Formats: sequence, structure tokens, C-alpha cells
Amino acid sequence: MQAIAETKTGSAHPTLLLWLVVGWAGFFILPWYGVEDSVFTFGWLFEGYPLDDDVAPGFFQGISGKKGWLLPHLIFLIGPIFALNRPRSDPLHAKILIICGALGFGWLIAQGFSIGIRGWNFGWQENLFGPLGDRQFGMGTGAMLVASAFLFILTQGVAARGAVNGDIFVVGAIGFVITIVAIFVFYPIFNMLTSAFVTQDNSYSISVFFEKFTDRRLWGLGCLQGGRCGAAWNSLVLAILVGMTTTVLGLAFALVVTRTGFRFKRGLRALTVLPIITPPFVIGLAIILLFGLSGNVTRFVADIIGIAPTRWVYGMPGVLIAQILAFTPIAFLVLIGVVEGVSPSMEEAAQTLRANRWETFRTVSLPLMRPGLANAFLLGFIESMADFGNPLVLGGNFDVLSTEIFFAIVGAQYDQGRAAVLALVLLAFTLGAFWAQRFWLGKKSYTTMTGKGDSGVHPLLPKGLAIPVYAIVGIWTVFTITIYTMIVYGSFVELWGVRNDLTFKHYITAFSIDFTQEGVRKYTGSAWDSFWTTLQIAAISAPLTAAVGLVTAYLLTRQNFAGKNSFEFGTMLSFAIPGTVIGVSYILAFNVPPLEITGTGVILVVSFIFRNMPVGVRAGIASMSQLDKSLDESSLTLGANSWQTFLNVILPLLKPAILAALVYSFVRAMTAISAVIFLVSAEYNMATSYIIGRVENNDYGLAIAYSTSLIIVMLAAVGLLQLLVGRTNIGRRHSRPSSKN
Amino acid sequence: MKNIQKTLLVAAAVLAASTSMASAAKLTLYCSAQEDWCQSMARGFEEATGIDVNMTRKSSGETFAQVKAESSNPKGDVWWGGTGDPHLQAAEEDLTEPYVTGMRGELNDWAISQATSAGDRTIGIYSGALGYGYNADLLKANNLPEPKCWKDLTKPEYKGHVQMANPNSSGTAYTTLATMVQLFGEDGGFDFMKALHKNINQYTKSGSAPIKAAGRGENTIGIVFMHDAVKQAVSGFPIKVVAPCEGTGYEIGSMSIIKGSRNLDEAKKFYDWALTAVAQTRALEVKAYQVPSNKGAETSPSAPDLSSIKLIDYDFKKYGSSAERKRLLKKWDDEVSTLPQ
Repeated sequence: MQAIAETKTGSAHPTLLLWLVVGWAGFFILPWYGVEDSVFTFGWLFEGYPLDDDVAPGFFQGISGKKGWLLPHLIFLIGPIFALNRPRSDPLHAKILIICGALGFGWLIAQGFSIGIRGWNFGWQENLFGPLGDRQFGMGTGAMLVASAFLFILTQGVAARGAVNGDIFVVGAIGFVITIVAIFVFYPIFNMLTSAFVTQDNSYSISVFFEKFTDRRLWGLGCLQGGRCGAAWNSLVLAILVGMTTTVLGLAFALVVTRTGFRFKRGLRALTVLPIITPPFVIGLAIILLFGLSGNVTRFVADIIGIAPTRWVYGMPGVLIAQILAFTPIAFLVLIGVVEGVSPSMEEAAQTLRANRWETFRTVSLPLMRPGLANAFLLGFIESMADFGNPLVLGGNFDVLSTEIFFAIVGAQYDQGRAAVLALVLLAFTLGAFWAQRFWLGKKSYTTMTGKGDSGVHPLLPKGLAIPVYAIVGIWTVFTITIYTMIVYGSFVELWGVRNDLTFKHYITAFSIDFTQEGVRKYTGSAWDSFWTTLQIAAISAPLTAAVGLVTAYLLTRQNFAGKNSFEFGTMLSFAIPGTVIGVSYILAFNVPPLEITGTGVILVVSFIFRNMPVGVRAGIASMSQLDKSLDESSLTLGANSWQTFLNVILPLLKPAILAALVYSFVRAMTAISAVIFLVSAEYNMATSYIIGRVENNDYGLAIAYSTSLIIVMLAAVGLLQLLVGRTNIGRRHSRPSSKN
Repeated sequence: MKNIQKTLLVAAAVLAASTSMASAAKLTLYCSAQEDWCQSMARGFEEATGIDVNMTRKSSGETFAQVKAESSNPKGDVWWGGTGDPHLQAAEEDLTEPYVTGMRGELNDWAISQATSAGDRTIGIYSGALGYGYNADLLKANNLPEPKCWKDLTKPEYKGHVQMANPNSSGTAYTTLATMVQLFGEDGGFDFMKALHKNINQYTKSGSAPIKAAGRGENTIGIVFMHDAVKQAVSGFPIKVVAPCEGTGYEIGSMSIIKGSRNLDEAKKFYDWALTAVAQTRALEVKAYQVPSNKGAETSPSAPDLSSIKLIDYDFKKYGSSAERKRLLKKWDDEVSTLPQ
């Protein structure tokens, strides 16, 4: 992405030269394969460099005779030299770059996939070429630099042929985004698709898929006759219920905030932030402490009515309650914008035409909220499908796809094929919901904001609606406050239900610090490791997520190029893929060469970037469509190129979107569990997976204390960022009119 | 790619690492016991020998799959912990290295018989018997008699009070199934599982979850390994541990050296050290109440005494084989799990 502006004069090609140098450095200097320690420790310089197989650069690997398949890269690295002294307008310049870039990149990928740790990866190659007698491991720094060089040589060739007005930066950015999305979204999903067909002796068969697909544990309907239903049905019914309930609740909240004289709107908004920054299964724990067999409420009610307490909460009721609590705020956040956005003028027009409040609401306001309702439902549906923590602690015998996938991988059965089949079913459900939502919304126009004066006031809710809405909001509020009180209280209790003495023990176990006499601190608490790792990973992935998201948004709103629609679909796809599926597919795809990154921190960062990127894209698109294109145009007319325009004009105006993307990806990186649980390792353990380990160990006190601390850390982070957003907002209001003139 | 970004993550650590480049002796340990026990073993060995330990914790099934996948280029040196079946299977598939340690004189017979049955490719490090535990408070609140035998659990009064793990997802529950088949014969064993099914309130995913739920008062009786029940009792939960009167099956936690280990000398050092009384006594610090294989290792007074428990002659070879495992699980799936409760 370091594509530096090219001067448009003569035949000097600084960008091309730069990438050529990068490519040569990658091929001649840096180790081709991944070295055991980090490249930057330079330990590899002392391990037989440059000839030892483990650390040799690609060139030496190639000429030593054993890995001859690396040498063709050299041809494609030398080729572009002949393009250097030709002007860009020369068709041969473009041709050389495209051929060298494409073939070089293609060859690199092809050899990477063909030759693995056991020589040839595919049987037909062995039959064709005979046994190889050598093998290769995951690609390292050298290979990565060579690959980027080929990629950007190719995009410069394409740009030289005139694509997107010959803009090197834009073509490079498009090529880059397509490549990384292909590698980190499409490739793992496609790879998982194939592993669903693999038989035990590593051949492919469709019958394996059908055998696993038609499993009774997946599609059984026994619950209709008092038995147990399959996980697919359970997940589907649960997700639909959660989607509908959270949408209704979210709508009630949005209505209370925008259309009533309710006094504590700020408090209500604050309350809705809480569940978003809560590690998900904490709510499940609190529900057990309240409604479990020995829960306070269960016991209390059982005493009053005089019946024996039951385990009613384990199963669908418990999971449903927990998910509704956790996901209603998301629906609220989606709906508040839409409900506010419905133009008061339309409602006023309806009232002028003698519709009463109820009719206005039903025939004008509600239909205009359809996109919001559909989005809220879709989010609730996907979140419920992907939710892992709540079913794990509350599921009982109620199996859902996300937990089944997890135990297919980690359980005694260790059946990756089954996990892949389950993940495919899950993916089919979410993509189906995505499609259904688009279908339902159709091509109608829901635009009400025209930019013209719109100073009306929203009508108040009709009375018949206001009362149930107040009731719903009231119940939810009381419930949420109770749950969070329980959480805080639970973190100070010695041993819940057994010894109820108050103690700081759990916080001390988790976060104790020893000061030695020299004043050196030692983090002796058991939670510090995962805490720092989580903070680091979240802090690294948040800006990267925002960057990738905003560059993509820039391409989508500001540039026109062939295949833009599929490009948009590709970048948004990972949003519809539940975290569990991402986790499984990453394990399957990145556990083996050519990209061997499981067990590292990289895989966590990468998974967060591509999980959260769509939000960055959406936020970026939303704010960029508010910026007039004439801004770019004037910048371009004044001689700036598109990279300079993006950097100096667009970016400064996008601060709110940047911060929104930062906050979201930071918080998600701290609280996500569904993908993370598959990707953590001893060295890179995350807070959520540490907490779930404590929960499994019956160590509720520590789990809750850690979660409470995380909530406070995130509150502080979100508060800090919100402060910054507020400030830039004010700044924008001053600067925008002047810059528009 | 891996290394560039990895460095970004641990920039500080990297700086520190670059100053101390002298190559120290190291060992890659695959650990399949509980996390804190794994940590304790790794740190303990580092302290005892100065050899750096790089430990990865994964369940025994996962570790087996990993060792198998890496067999052409082994990355691990020693595989410590986890139930014996996958260790035996690894020995069968020639994935592990035969080694006769000088420590054998200090070990219990069952640990050595595990080694001889696998051609010295594995050895027993701890053992635990299957049993169950109950929440004494809840039992009393429901006016239930104290169960003493396996067959007691099938009595109608315990309906909705018993929990066990799902044999499909848990090695513990598979051991339960295999134990019943060996204890009561195949037909008798499945009759028992069917009768038990009527009383089960939940088949959990993980093996020790039933007794943890019992500890919290969310369940009355949990079928688990007895050391897991003891752990809950010691943690302060009102749990009573039962060694069933008919006799019971057991597991032997094992250790193997991975074939093709890059640090074979260090691996052997670890192997010997892990069998010492000192190393095995570390289990107590992390509340692991399995029976150690070293006769001299300390045991907790609350740990179950294997010599007082009636143990069946568990056929690890037969019931650990994947064919038998598949057959029993399918039979359980078809004949037991589908029954109404």
C-alpha cells in the first residue's frame, strides 16, 4: 500500500523502481520461508545464511539445485527492467508489466499450493512428474515481498493501459483489496467447502458430504414427539425468535427516545451501550446465578409457590433470554438512526390529511422504517446464529450449530469434515437471511432525507402504543440493571452460593502486581498475560481495520471501475459469515503451507480485520457520501493526484467515521469469542478465551471479576474516543461550510 | 508474513530477544492436561534444568491429530498428559519413540504395563478412576437416598438428577460407556445406559462439566472421573465422591516422546524428570488429584485411594481402537440417545 505518487513526466517510473527493488530484496536477501524466530531478531543470519535450507533467500534455494521451482520467479523479476526506460504511453511498457506481474504472481501461488510439507500436494502431479524428493514450508518474508512486488507491478501495468484513468494509486488499491479479501475471506471459505467432501483416506467424495449433511443430529425433528431436535432446526428457530424480539424491543427503545417525553433518555442510551461491551457469556452466568436450579429468583419463587425448583432455564428459554438481553442494543442502534431519519414533513402531511396519530404511525412512519427493521432483524439473526458463549453455558440439551461446530473440532470426535458441513449449513442460513432481507426491501425508495429544510417535529406516539412500549422498555431496563448488579456483586463474592462473604480475592488473583525493592513491577496476576495480549491485538487490529475499511469505502464511493458490484459484495461477505465459521475456516486454511499462521498473533489480527472491516466500509461510505465530489475534483484540477487527494482532502473530513470504525473494531476485538476460541494459542491467549476457560473450571468469581474489569477498561476507551469524536464534530461544523465554498 | 507482523506484536520482546541470541537448549512440549498443570510442569522443568520449554496445550485428540499431521516434519518433542488411548494409537502408528527410562523402579505397575503394551513408546504418568459425585445439600433437599452403586443411578427417584457428558464429544463419557460394556457385558451395559438415559437431565459437552454443575447446585449427581469430583469438594463445594460398589473403569494419563524429535536429549531429560516424585507432587499445587505413577509422590488425603477401589481389568487395547470406539458410539447414538426421556 506504500504506492507513492508517480510523477507524470517522461519515462521515470519511481513507483515501479521501488517495487522492483522490493521484489529483488525479497528474492535475493531475505529468507524465503518462515524462520522460527522473528525475522527482525536477525538470528537467521547466524544459522548458515545464505545457504542453509531453513533461512536461505529464494535465489539460493533455487540455484542450490534442490528447489529449482523457485528460479522462474527470477525471469519475472528481471523482465520489468525492460519496461523502465519506456514511456507509459508505450503499449510495450504496459504489456511487459502485466505479463511479468501476472505470471510471476501466478507462479508463486501455483508453486506454493502444489508443493507442501510432503512434496507434491496433489496425486495427479505425482503421477505426472514423479515423486519430488523435497518439500517446503510456509512462506516467509522473502516470499511475501516478492508477491507484493508482482502484485503492484501487475497493477501498474493495468494502470498504464488506462484502467481507471491510468491512476496508479487507485488501481493498486483495488488490486490490493481484492487480493487480501481473496486470501483471507474467499480462500478459507472455499477451502472449507472442499474439506466437507474429504474422506478418511484424503480422497474426495460427495457421499461423505451427504452422510454428514443428513445426520439426525443436524436435521432430526424428534422434539415434536418429546425427543430432541437437530441443531440446524434449533439454531434456525432460535435465530428467528431472537431476530424478531430484538427488533421489536429495539424499535420500542428507539420510539421512546425519539417520540416521547421520556425524561431519562440519556440514561437509557447509556444502558444500551453496556451489553455491547460485555464479554457475551457473562450475561449467561448472571442468568444462571438468578434463574438456575439454585438461582436466587428460582428459589424465591419456588418457596412462595411451594413447588420444587426446576432446571427450566437450561435450554432454549435461557439462551433466548441471554441473547435478547445481549443483542437488543444492536437493534436499537440500527433503528434509532432510521426512526430519527423518517422525515417529520411526511408525517405532518399525513396528519394534515386528517389521519390520526395511530393511522399516521401505521401507514407512514412504520413503512418508512422498513429498511431499519430489516437490518435490525438481520443483525439479530446473524448474531444469534454465531453466538457461542451463551449456548455454551445455558444450552443444556439444546444443541445449536455454533457449539456443535466447536465440539466437532475440539471434542473427542475430532471431525473437521463434520465441522465444515455444520459451518456450511450455518453459512447457508445467514446468507439466506441476507438474501431474504434484500428481497423484502425490494427496489422501493425509502429516501426521506433530501437535504432540503426539514425542520418539523416528530409526532408523539399514539397512546395505545405508548403504554405497551413504556412497559416493554421498563421491564427490560429493570432486568438489565438487575443483571449488571449481579455481575458486579458476583465479582466480590467468595464462592457463589456456598460462601457469600465479600472479598477482593478474585481481583487479586487476576491482577496482582508485585513491587520489588528496586521498584520494578512484576505482573503476577494470572490474567495479565491474556489482558496485555488482548489490548495489543485490539490496538493493532483497530487502526488496520479502519484503514482497510476506509480505503475500500473510498474506492466504492469515489471511483468507477468494472466489477464494482461484485467487489462490494466480496468486501461485505465476511459480515454475513458467523465468527464460528471464520474460526473453523481459518484453522483449515492457514494451518498448512503456503500460509502457515495458526498459533501466531497474526491470525488473530487478520481475523479481526476481516470480521470488522464491513463496519468500517459502511461507516466510511456513509460519511463519504456526505462529502461533495467537487472537493475531490477541485483538488485533482489543482494538480494533486488521487493519493494526495485522499490523504489531504478526504481523510481529514472523515474523522468521525474513522473513530467510529476504531471504536467498533477495538471493542469487538476485546469481546469477540466465536472466532477467537479456535485461533488462540498458548503464546497468544485472549481475554475472552481465558475467561471461558475459568468458567469451564467452575471459577465463576474470577471470570466475572475479569469481565467486570474489561467492561471498565472498554468504558474508559469508548468514553475517551467519544470525547474525541465530539470534538471533531464541532470542528467539522466550523470547517465544512468554508471548505465547500 | 508471519514473522513481520509477529514482530510488530511483540516489538519489545523482540528487542530483548535480539540481545540474548546465544542458542539455549530448548524443548517443545505438547501438553494435554489442564492448563495450569501444564504451566506448572513447564515452569518446573525450566527451573530444574534451565532448558527453555515452549509449551502448547491442546486436548489429547487435537494433539494426536497434530502429531500425525506433522509426522514428516515433527515440531514437538514430548507429549505429556491426556488420556491413554491416543497415546496408544500414536504408538501403534509409529508416531512416537521407544524409550526405556531408568525411573521404572519408582513407578507403579500399571504405569509400566501401559509402557510394555505399547512397545515402550509411552508410559503412565497418572491414573484416575471413574465414579460419580453428588451435591449433598441438594440430595438432602430432595429427600433422596445416598447412591452407592452404578445401578442405584437408574432408580426412578433420581429422574432428572443425573448428568453425564456426551460420549460423542467427551473421552470421559466414552470411558463410562466402555466401562459399562466391560462391567455388565455388551447387552447389560447398553441396558444400563438406556435405563440411565431416563434419569439424565443433560448430556454435557465436556467431561467434567456434570460435577461442576453439581458443585454450583445446578445438578445433583454427576458421572465423572473421581479426581474431578474431589477437586470440587476441595474447592469448597458440597460434593461427596462415590466409588461405585460394582467396580469401575479407569484411565491412564500417558507421556510419549515424539518420533523424530529435534531435541531428543532434552526430551529424555524431561521424560525422566516428569516421572520423579518431585515433579509429580506438583499436581497438588494445581488441585489435580489423579493418582501419580511414582510411588514416592505425595498424594492429597482427599484424593481417591486406588487400592481401595474395585477396578475392573480395563482392556485399553480393545476399547481404545478406533473401530470399536466407532461401533459403540454408533450403537449408543442409535439405541440410547434417541429414546424418549
